[in-house]
Amino acid sequence: MVTLMAAAACGEDLPELDAALGGETTRVEVSRNSFALPAPKLTNTERRTFEVGDSFFTQNWVSAPASTEARDGLGPTFNAFACSSCHRLDGRGQPPAESDPASDEPDRLGLLLRLSIPGEGPLGGPNPHPDYGGQLQTRALLGVPAEGRMDLRYEYIAGSYADGEPFELRLPHYGVADLAFGPLGDDIMISPRLAPQVIGMGLLEAVPAATILAQADPDDSDGDGISGRANEVPGEDGSPTLGHFGWKAGRATVRQQVAAAFNGDIGITSPLFPEENCPPVQTACREAPNGGTPEVTPSRLDSVDLYARTLAVPALRDATDTQVRRGFKLFGEFGCAACHLPTLETGPSDIEALAHQVFHPFTDLLLHDMGDGLADGRPEFGAGGREWRTPPLWGLGLLEEVNGFRFLLHDGRARTPAEAILWHGGEAQAAMEAFRDAPAEEREALLRFLESL
Amino acid sequence: MPKNLLSMLNARIRGGRRRRLPVVVAAGLLVTLPAAVLVSCGDDGPDAGAVLDEAVADYAQGVHASYSASLATAQDMDRSIDAFLASPSEETLKNARDAWLSARSVYGPSEVFRFYGGPIDNEETGKEGHINAWPLDEGYIDYVEGAPDAGIINDTAISIDKATLFDLNEAGGEANVSTGWHAIEFLLWGQDGRADGAGQRPASDYTTAANADRRGQYLAVTSDLLLDHLQELVNEWAPGGNNYRSWFEDLDSAEAMTLILTGIGEMSRGELAGERMSVAYLERSEEDEHSCFSDNTHNDIIANAIGVQMVLEGTYPGFSGTGVLEAVAAVDEALAERLRTEVNDSVALTRAIPAPFDQHVQDAVADSAPGRSAVLAAIEALESQTDTIVAAATALGVSINVS
Repeated sequence: MVTLMAAAACGEDLPELDAALGGETTRVEVSRNSFALPAPKLTNTERRTFEVGDSFFTQNWVSAPASTEARDGLGPTFNAFACSSCHRLDGRGQPPAESDPASDEPDRLGLLLRLSIPGEGPLGGPNPHPDYGGQLQTRALLGVPAEGRMDLRYEYIAGSYADGEPFELRLPHYGVADLAFGPLGDDIMISPRLAPQVIGMGLLEAVPAATILAQADPDDSDGDGISGRANEVPGEDGSPTLGHFGWKAGRATVRQQVAAAFNGDIGITSPLFPEENCPPVQTACREAPNGGTPEVTPSRLDSVDLYARTLAVPALRDATDTQVRRGFKLFGEFGCAACHLPTLETGPSDIEALAHQVFHPFTDLLLHDMGDGLADGRPEFGAGGREWRTPPLWGLGLLEEVNGFRFLLHDGRARTPAEAILWHGGEAQAAMEAFRDAPAEEREALLRFLESL
Repeated sequence: MPKNLLSMLNARIRGGRRRRLPVVVAAGLLVTLPAAVLVSCGDDGPDAGAVLDEAVADYAQGVHASYSASLATAQDMDRSIDAFLASPSEETLKNARDAWLSARSVYGPSEVFRFYGGPIDNEETGKEGHINAWPLDEGYIDYVEGAPDAGIINDTAISIDKATLFDLNEAGGEANVSTGWHAIEFLLWGQDGRADGAGQRPASDYTTAANADRRGQYLAVTSDLLLDHLQELVNEWAPGGNNYRSWFEDLDSAEAMTLILTGIGEMSRGELAGERMSVAYLERSEEDEHSCFSDNTHNDIIANAIGVQMVLEGTYPGFSGTGVLEAVAAVDEALAERLRTEVNDSVALTRAIPAPFDQHVQDAVADSAPGRSAVLAAIEALESQTDTIVAAATALGVSINVS
């Protein structure tokens, strides 16, 4: 069911828009810093912790042993030097250029490959590859072999809207090359994942599980063609918990998400992930010096957790623009808002600024079958190979302002919001078709609304 | 910031008395974004706009003067490094270290020109990541404790020249730091694994040690690269060129002032009080300080605090002009006076922190210890002056968000 932001109507009988997408954590900022600001109303103590978290999020990690003991422990294998390598200015990453190993163009950071083989891994999660682990680490310290590199090729697919206007989608094909420890095997499952903007995570985490579960309809008992399933994943204490974060909602808390990324992407151990990513066959990796046990201390992990939770959400722009408001109405009519739920409300929080906020993320935090076109075929806890968690849409219209580029969906294949919509299948097929078959003027209004976010 | 927003800001500034912008949005309310309302509520006298224009023009001139002074002192340092490498001894090494410290003290205040995507930290062309990035990956450059063969210097397969070092620094777009102030510092002082004092690299690292010649090459090349990058900054801010300065001068004064104030506001709280002081203070990470090899962090902190004052007062190395405070005073004299006092205090409080900085962030030191209290007092002063900087922006009719 569509929940519009507010009941109030204007002269043209259109819903009024609430520019405060993040409730009281909203900031009005249209610049490259749109995602990089602390929520207003943090206490002085929280502001300082935010700065500590910012520092450990933004600054590069270095190889151990270094004089800057707090900062060493990079790798031995890794994808990035810092959180901010892929989440530049707390923004979004980009896929690499199509493979050309000879190119001296700097790598484009932000897309990585998760790996697993059939069977259940630790705590019921994906089963890591025995020689490569759960992720392809494409870099390593001097003297340690990198695991390999991503091979990416796009196939271009022509299509057209109902009115005949053509469009083109690019279908990615993923492979791996320069593998250091032999082939991955025929039963390898590969899932590409793009780094999303970091804003508003504390709000999403503070939504009571009951609110999210109330939206779930795993067997589609209301017959609207849309299921909505919760992913059940191990919480920090290992007990079954509602999954919130990651493209398949594989992590319950922001802290887990942060710790998993430190470990998988940068090679930094933490209280939640105390082991380096060095499978037995990777001897140089196993023998490399580390930066302490763990490399990120509990208090520093907590600081980055607070940082990620309290990054402000930028305000919606042009709320009074007629086309924007019409686009928002169409967003409901096309069926987008059934999963991209406009409004949620937080419960209590240890961070007062996050408590009891009415906010507008445009997600239900649930898993949906998105069809074969988007399927990665790699399950993650309760999420199937065709399922993805509805991503929040806030910040969509500011991505280019912040990062200078914009690539959408879980692997950045979509170059525009329109392409992202056109990739929707499965439960979202009907909404996609409503958009595809609509008159150009309506499509433009919908896209104009998305650009205001 | 996009042009249209900047034009809106400009529309306001020309409207006489500045008024607080209705930018705060509250949850649950039906809010519309502020329209470009031009409000005129009285006359500030004919001077307010003219003073603002002057303050902006003099800022641009001050930035150029600052970078020119920084380049000159870095050239002095480069000559001292050449002299050391021509004849390595403890004495010539000390001369080179002293020259680094002098040059560093001139560069520090210029960091206030960051944070708005100008020449120093433009996303695509800015060289901040080469000039001043931190922390340094020591083991990527040279031997470190327990790893005598580590680093580019000891990997004879890598040739050491400007292009190679620049590319290695750039590899991956976000690679680890192998150039800039802290690379030179590391090569002059060495690792600081000691509980007290700076690094103790011997001059023999440049005579009899393994790969001494490559170490010398590395030092010389890194120093040259720093000069190149500082020269770029001087060029971008030079008058009369087809460069950033000309773009900046074409901005309406309100647009330019938004950038200027964002720089000093961000330096004041997010960077200096936050990143550079609170992190080390709260985490008690002894070597989590910026100039850890030379134990010069206390001077870095003072230099950054002075940078904020320099812009507010309009007193740059070798040039004095109309400062931002004069523009604030033209619309709100009391506010300008308050900011002047607060900034005087914060600079004094950073000077009052006993050196070396790292003694205040050791695990055993109580919060009540005088040195630790001094660090906290400086942090608090910088935080509170930032609120006043934001208020000054509002008084000038511009809106800034700083972290």
